[in-house]
Amino acid sequence: MCLAVPGRIISINESDDPLDRTGVVDFEGVRRRVGLAWVPEARVGDYVIVHVGHAISRLDPEEAQRTLEAFRELSQALGAADSEK
Amino acid sequence: MRYVDEFRDPSRARVVADAIHAVVTRDWHIMEICGGQTHAIVRFGIEQLIPPKVHLIHGPGCPVCVTPAGIIDAAVRIARDHRATLCTFGDMLRVPGTQGSLLDARARGADVRIVYSPMEAMDLAARCPDREVVFLAIGFETTAPANALAVFTARRRGLRNFSVIVSHFLVPPAITSILESDSVRIDGFLAAGHVCTVMGWKEYVPIAQRYRKPIVVTGFELLDILQGILLCVRQLEQGRCEVENQYSRSVRPEGNPQARRLVEEVFQVITGPWRGIGSIPHSRLGLRSAYREFDALEKFGIMDQSHEASSGPCIAGKILCGSARPPDCPAFGKACTPDHPLGAPMVSSEGACHAYYLYSRDSNPPNA
Repeated sequence: MCLAVPGRIISINESDDPLDRTGVVDFEGVRRRVGLAWVPEARVGDYVIVHVGHAISRLDPEEAQRTLEAFRELSQALGAADSEK
Repeated sequence: MRYVDEFRDPSRARVVADAIHAVVTRDWHIMEICGGQTHAIVRFGIEQLIPPKVHLIHGPGCPVCVTPAGIIDAAVRIARDHRATLCTFGDMLRVPGTQGSLLDARARGADVRIVYSPMEAMDLAARCPDREVVFLAIGFETTAPANALAVFTARRRGLRNFSVIVSHFLVPPAITSILESDSVRIDGFLAAGHVCTVMGWKEYVPIAQRYRKPIVVTGFELLDILQGILLCVRQLEQGRCEVENQYSRSVRPEGNPQARRLVEEVFQVITGPWRGIGSIPHSRLGLRSAYREFDALEKFGIMDQSHEASSGPCIAGKILCGSARPPDCPAFGKACTPDHPLGAPMVSSEGACHAYYLYSRDSNPPNA
């Protein structure tokens, strides 16, 4: 139920009422219209997390990169520990 | 960056698993709250990657599983006796109530429909003004904004033929309830990344401090869950009990303010029952009085919806609290299968029993 998947915004339909803001989001080839009311900062090309037809967050590329960087540092730290043995 | 493959990379997973092995010195019990994470854990075989000293306890975060049988009975009655069109998410159809499931009702002629989004149900009501359309709105905090939006929009459009049965649950009171009951040892938690995407993580800080349990807000991919476990055991080994945010690419400290505002507009916190667990104070959402006209139970005069189904051999309550695992149930994979479920955890795509039935190698194979 809390299943939510990332997809990339292809186009945005702005509206006078912010609650009616929608867009087309691409999920690895499958495209759907989704609600964008809660991600006012999201622009075309951004990735969003979509749950039951609505985006609930805009994914932050810098934070994602930081998480991936942590894995690289972990790898180096483990390598260093191994070479000390 | 496509936000999926990068977080499933097996070589990175090996590194994080090695780091967990390097840091763990004794037994730790960690509960993942969300059923989506339970499925990912079993599907990716994460328990085979981590040290045997790290025990993963599956939590109650499956809204299909914790929706009381009385709510399902109410939905069946509204569809069957009041000839309303009953819309809900696909997982709800097979869940047994005391008088059968919604799927049984549909087989007997009731108009029961699966929708992908609550707005589809509301749109159906707008297109068919002569028909009563009822949406069975289940979920945790993640789903509350979308369900709130359907009700909010229905009121704005003046729809009189749309109503909802609300079966909404909140995670923090469930964590507190599990810790207070003391029935199962839990040293730390993986909090649900999408719940916190909506709500933020600040309300977990007093829980971590009061009960001295680390809480790590965690995502749903292989690497997310492994890193969540690593951060949690690292805190435990160092004697810390903080709230950490592993899923920072989606979760901000304050959550999603726009979505939260709508939830607060439409819903209020109430006390109510969880299937298999019982009543938990301040753990559910109900409609605010300004939206009472959209309450389907009131509209169709259904008073009693808190009763429980007799569970027979099903041990769903213990499964949901983490005090038993699916293979511990005598009915698992035998009398109880996804095609013939005795309890909701075997039905839902977030139920622990369903996950074990589909993926687990340490339980009885389905055809044995």
